[in-house]
Amino acid sequence: MFAYIVRRVLATIPVMAIVALFVFSLLYIAPGDPAAVIAGDQATPADVERIRASLGLDRPFLVRFGEWVFRILRGDLGVSIFTNLPVTRMIAQRIEPTLSLMVVTLFLAISIAVPMGVVAAWKAGSWIDRAVMAFAVLGFSVPVFVVGYLLAYYFALELDWFPVQGYTPFAEGLGPWLSNLVLPSVALGGVYIALIARITRATMLEVLQQDYIRTARAKGAGQGTMLFVHALKNAAVPIVTVIGIGVALLIGGAVVTESVFAIPGLGRLTVDAILRRDYPVIQGVILLFSFVYVLVNLLIDLSYTLFDPRIRY
Amino acid sequence: MYRRHLLGATAGLAAATALPRFAIGQGTGGSAARVLKFVPQADLAVADPIITTAYVTRNHSYLIWDTLYGFDEDYKPQPQMVQGHVVEENGRRVTMTLRDGLKFHDGEPVRARDCVASIQRWAKRDALGQVMMTVVDELSAPDDKTILFRLKQPFPLLFEALGKPSTPVCFMMPERLAKTDATTAVKEMIGSGPFRFKPDERVPGARVVYERFADYVPRADGPVSWTAGPKKVNFDRIEWHVMPDAATAANALQNGEVDWWEQPPGDLQALLRRNRNVNLEIQDPTGLMGMARFNHLHPPFNNPAIRRALLGAVSQADFMTAVIGTDKSLWREGVGVFPPDTPLATDAGMEVLTSRRDYDKVKADLAAAGYKGEKVVLIAASDFPSLNALAQVGHDMLKKCGLNVEFVSTDWGSVVQRRASKEPPEKGGWSMFFTFWSGVDMFNPGVQQALRGNGQSAWFGWPTAPRLEELRNAWFEAPDLEAQKAIARDIQLQAFQDVPYLPCGQYFQAWAYRRNLTGVLKGLPMFWNVQRNA
Repeated sequence: MFAYIVRRVLATIPVMAIVALFVFSLLYIAPGDPAAVIAGDQATPADVERIRASLGLDRPFLVRFGEWVFRILRGDLGVSIFTNLPVTRMIAQRIEPTLSLMVVTLFLAISIAVPMGVVAAWKAGSWIDRAVMAFAVLGFSVPVFVVGYLLAYYFALELDWFPVQGYTPFAEGLGPWLSNLVLPSVALGGVYIALIARITRATMLEVLQQDYIRTARAKGAGQGTMLFVHALKNAAVPIVTVIGIGVALLIGGAVVTESVFAIPGLGRLTVDAILRRDYPVIQGVILLFSFVYVLVNLLIDLSYTLFDPRIRY
Repeated sequence: MYRRHLLGATAGLAAATALPRFAIGQGTGGSAARVLKFVPQADLAVADPIITTAYVTRNHSYLIWDTLYGFDEDYKPQPQMVQGHVVEENGRRVTMTLRDGLKFHDGEPVRARDCVASIQRWAKRDALGQVMMTVVDELSAPDDKTILFRLKQPFPLLFEALGKPSTPVCFMMPERLAKTDATTAVKEMIGSGPFRFKPDERVPGARVVYERFADYVPRADGPVSWTAGPKKVNFDRIEWHVMPDAATAANALQNGEVDWWEQPPGDLQALLRRNRNVNLEIQDPTGLMGMARFNHLHPPFNNPAIRRALLGAVSQADFMTAVIGTDKSLWREGVGVFPPDTPLATDAGMEVLTSRRDYDKVKADLAAAGYKGEKVVLIAASDFPSLNALAQVGHDMLKKCGLNVEFVSTDWGSVVQRRASKEPPEKGGWSMFFTFWSGVDMFNPGVQQALRGNGQSAWFGWPTAPRLEELRNAWFEAPDLEAQKAIARDIQLQAFQDVPYLPCGQYFQAWAYRRNLTGVLKGLPMFWNVQRNA
């Protein structure tokens, strides 16, 4: 097991190297000029040229790439072209809101979607099953920002239960922290709930046909025990896999959700950086996202051993 | 878990999440009453007001830095950091004396040499500053209180140059910061303005925080107006909350989570007007002036007759309706090269824009001018709704005129890169783009970059218009306002001959703020004088 983890961790190095090269090259050939954005609309071409030179953006690709890689190897993601702040600091400022949003969404989605899927499979063909599937279709179909606006209008403006926007750090208390996260998490969780509920239902339907389920029933196991202990555990591997894959979905959805609810997270940082062509920030954030994705997949692979003792690494 | 345990836990969670609303509800009392929450037009991407001309940076800078002269609602410079000045030797020697008690946020006194270094750095970036420096023989600080200008010839616009609110503004920084190269951002936000910058609380893209500078001494005299007069502060803390989504900002304002929103878009203004707790007011009478900028280097717009022909196609009402809506109190047509109701505004030659629009005639004029179907590449920024609206109407206008248009819809970051290209349109260059300028950046020939005709050194588009340059130079030497007006009239007439750009109208951006705020100043969003009533 340990050797497997080491191998997988080592395997992330070439993956990250390819991502780094890809991101840097893509940004190099993409149109846009941070010097022109910094200078502003009223600046003259000569002003823009001088700023470009002072930022070192007029140097050749290989020189800039070499410097960037060298800095990354020392753990330095560089400095934002616009704010002059270290990229690591900017990421550190933004990571808590995004992480909070993802954790609460994940928690909410799993707690709702898994029981929904299990019940839908148990009552397959009934109105409950159809209702769950209808909800899943709705969850997939309605864009996150539409759900976000509706929730903000009703629960914040009309009922005044939650704030419209913003983020309160966890250090300032569980209540304020959650209060800012409930609406965005529900908005972001819709697609995720739909995805997990559908895969849970499909997997459970298959498992519920297995002989050992019939045996459990014959032994007199209660409905709850049979569904959530015997069946769900055996259906867990594909569900966990989808949850892992869905992290990418969450990262993408966080960009929209953070904009709609003005949450100062990594999603908004990424969009702002892309619009301004703040290359060091874009590169840093994408590297981080790639690393998180690789890490999540590793954890998912390792978690298989918990659910299925036959899987060994 | 037993059912009652689950219900208990759920109730606990509900109680916990209910707490913050109670806390938010307390926002109008206690220390929160001394905090002003403001939603700026955009994120503060660049904090140095000299290296960028971004308006959001200028507005941020007025909190931190002070100016030698302010600008009042009559567009006149008024002493701000200076106690007064003496003009001698027929205008060739100007001595300015700093007020007592001026102090930087790091505790150091403001000295004349700080001001000299600041003026020198600013003048490297500012068009009017550059002209000013051509007539400056000596700019020095004989002592800590005195700034001395020795001029080769009288420069009547000296005080206007030092006090104008158009970007870049001549802000006074400590000498150690002002010595920074004019194209490199300063590393510290240390000024002598009424607020201190809080770098530790800044979250780029989300929040900027300022706190009241206790040692700031406002002027004792003069009415408060625009950036002039006593800057009396009534809040301990100003928070800028960046909200990229307009609907979110509207909701936050209605819910009382923020106090002031700088740029509510036209389509949300009706909603906000219906809210009795929200006030919408147009505070900047100079508005925003739309323009279509030509690339003068390449066909077809290197031909002045073609550019002139297109003046007959411009419907400023169409442009402005697309930008801000049908409410005519929010926009103006019949707008020339200077903002209406400002000192140099003139109706000279305006019939080219106000006469009946006749596309058949425009087509005939284009043909007579020699248009042969050359491709026109129109680059448009789709991520700025107002610019996108201008470009969409412009695209339609060009097609109606029978031009062979390629519409390139992209983001602003790509537009600003591509417009810097001097290549022909078919090789990655461009023919036309649309933009807005603040009225204060257009109200005289000294600040208006788009009117320059200095060829390769001009603003993007690079028009060569020697007569416009001559008139501009004459304007600098005009002895009084009447003489300036006469030259401005000639400039507008000449501009309709050279057509460096197509004027597309003027619109006014209302600010939305909670009704319990009073003392909001006209002009730019300023954070002194404003206060919250109970």
